[in-house]
Amino acid sequence: MESSRARSKAAPGRTVLKGVVVAYIVTGGCMDVLDRACIKVCPVDCIYEGGRMMYVNVDECIDCGACEPACPAEAIYFEEDLPEELRAFSDATRDFFTGLGSPGGARKLGKQSHDAGPAASRNA
Amino acid sequence: MTSSRIAIIGAGPAGFYAAEHLLASTRIVDVDMFDRVPTPWGLVRAGVAPDHPKIKSVSDQFAEIAAHPRYRFFGNVEIGRTVDRDALLARYDAVLYAIGARAERLLGIEGEDLAGSLGASDFVAWYNGHPDLASLEPDLSGTNAIVVGNGNVALDVARILLLPQHILERTDMADHALAALARSTIRHVTILGRRGAAQAAFTTSELREIIGIEDLSVTIQGDDLVAPADLSPMELRRVQRNLAVLEQARGAALADSPRSLAFRFLRAPTAIRGDGRVQEVEVGVNRLEPGEPGEPSVRAVDTGIRETLSADLVIRAVGYRGCALPGVPFDETSGTIPHLAGAVLSGEREFVAGWIKRGPSGIIGTNRACAVETAETLLASLSPSGSRAVPARAIEDWLAGSCPDHIDDSGWSCIDRHERSMGQACTRPRVKLVTVQDMVAVARRQGAAAAPYSNPTGP
Repeated sequence: MESSRARSKAAPGRTVLKGVVVAYIVTGGCMDVLDRACIKVCPVDCIYEGGRMMYVNVDECIDCGACEPACPAEAIYFEEDLPEELRAFSDATRDFFTGLGSPGGARKLGKQSHDAGPAASRNA
Repeated sequence: MTSSRIAIIGAGPAGFYAAEHLLASTRIVDVDMFDRVPTPWGLVRAGVAPDHPKIKSVSDQFAEIAAHPRYRFFGNVEIGRTVDRDALLARYDAVLYAIGARAERLLGIEGEDLAGSLGASDFVAWYNGHPDLASLEPDLSGTNAIVVGNGNVALDVARILLLPQHILERTDMADHALAALARSTIRHVTILGRRGAAQAAFTTSELREIIGIEDLSVTIQGDDLVAPADLSPMELRRVQRNLAVLEQARGAALADSPRSLAFRFLRAPTAIRGDGRVQEVEVGVNRLEPGEPGEPSVRAVDTGIRETLSADLVIRAVGYRGCALPGVPFDETSGTIPHLAGAVLSGEREFVAGWIKRGPSGIIGTNRACAVETAETLLASLSPSGSRAVPARAIEDWLAGSCPDHIDDSGWSCIDRHERSMGQACTRPRVKLVTVQDMVAVARRQGAAAAPYSNPTGP
């Protein structure tokens, strides 16, 4: 949790729960759908495309909520409202960026071939 | 391929997202962005609440777009006042209006113009240091404030009135507003919604924020907090979340709290009364009925029952409204510029994006998709054979003659550095300059990085 705590200090105004900065989270409804409507409305271009689904970069997200109603699969939740059975996507969105860090724009980076969390598991 | 030169009027989110898309095109496009105030970023600077720094950080994106070598900014230039539409059309291949919706909707009731009754757009612009409203001086010497409306702006306004000073003083709120709110004796805020809690437009995060203010007692009246049965699953999710937050708040009213917030649903002001200034608000009690075709699904109907609330300050937050530009088509009913996919109907190489295109709703990100549509239409309309625009230098010469006090990129960068540096001294994101005169003075210190930063006209 140490790095999350450091992040929460660095980002005034963020919602922080138990020391972790929360953000909007893309969940399983996106898996193998990849509609991408979310990226058209994201004001900071922080929703990245993985192999099978989209991932929000929680460090870059400004919690504006534009993506949530834009998603035709209703796959995006504010982390605080994430149903218990979708909690795995909370870790997944952070794990996805291990090695990528904060690229500062999804369009610059382009589609990635990897996934994290449930979408990375063979049985999903 | 020849390059084309586009003028974007309005340096807010819609303008920047349009600029971004135009500059990223395979066609070579130069973008000159104009704003009537000396500073860019529109409502991100002058609308987004100062205690929302994360949302305000979207300006980093705009700064990145502005760093493009084919982008230029010209602030303190007002179309229709210092420069007219024909002069722009004579110099540019296309003109894109992204001027937002700066007027406000009125309640249309008796006493609306009494002292102590004001619009949220003015109040918000005042606390955010917009130069037009820096001298508003709202009277905060009473105890009871009534905020009319159930959107995020209403919650912003109520929250600003209720937040403890130690939170406000860490923000980039205008100094005049910080001082006035420190002296404010407003302790009780009532938020009126003409329909029920389920119909309220505010977002759950804004609702949580205001209810979570320390030592605030919250009461909820006029609604049983039950979600209607006929909502779409997505809408139901949002409404249930709002209702759950309100339900939780209802159970947590504090006995002797210094500050209180009351949500009163199914209540609409019918008159504002007072001897020379606001003293009370007459409120009509509504009931809900299914809407007529073409209306929202649920509408408020007056029951005829009246209540009277004591009030020292009334702030209406019932929506913004677009203003016409001289010579540009305008739909008075909707307060927007009529268009087809962003091209102004019966316009001449004119385009429109953002609130003035689709009406004043949606959040910052909504403007991205809206502006991209317009930019695509604009790009497709450009003549492949050649540009009719005048050279970059000719624009500068023209502006030097017609608006000598305009602010260019380096001028804005002086203002920006000055404000941030002033902020650094008191651990705030920035200390805003709030008059055009001060902004112009600071901008003129081109390259004067070594000069000590100080407020040009003193405190």
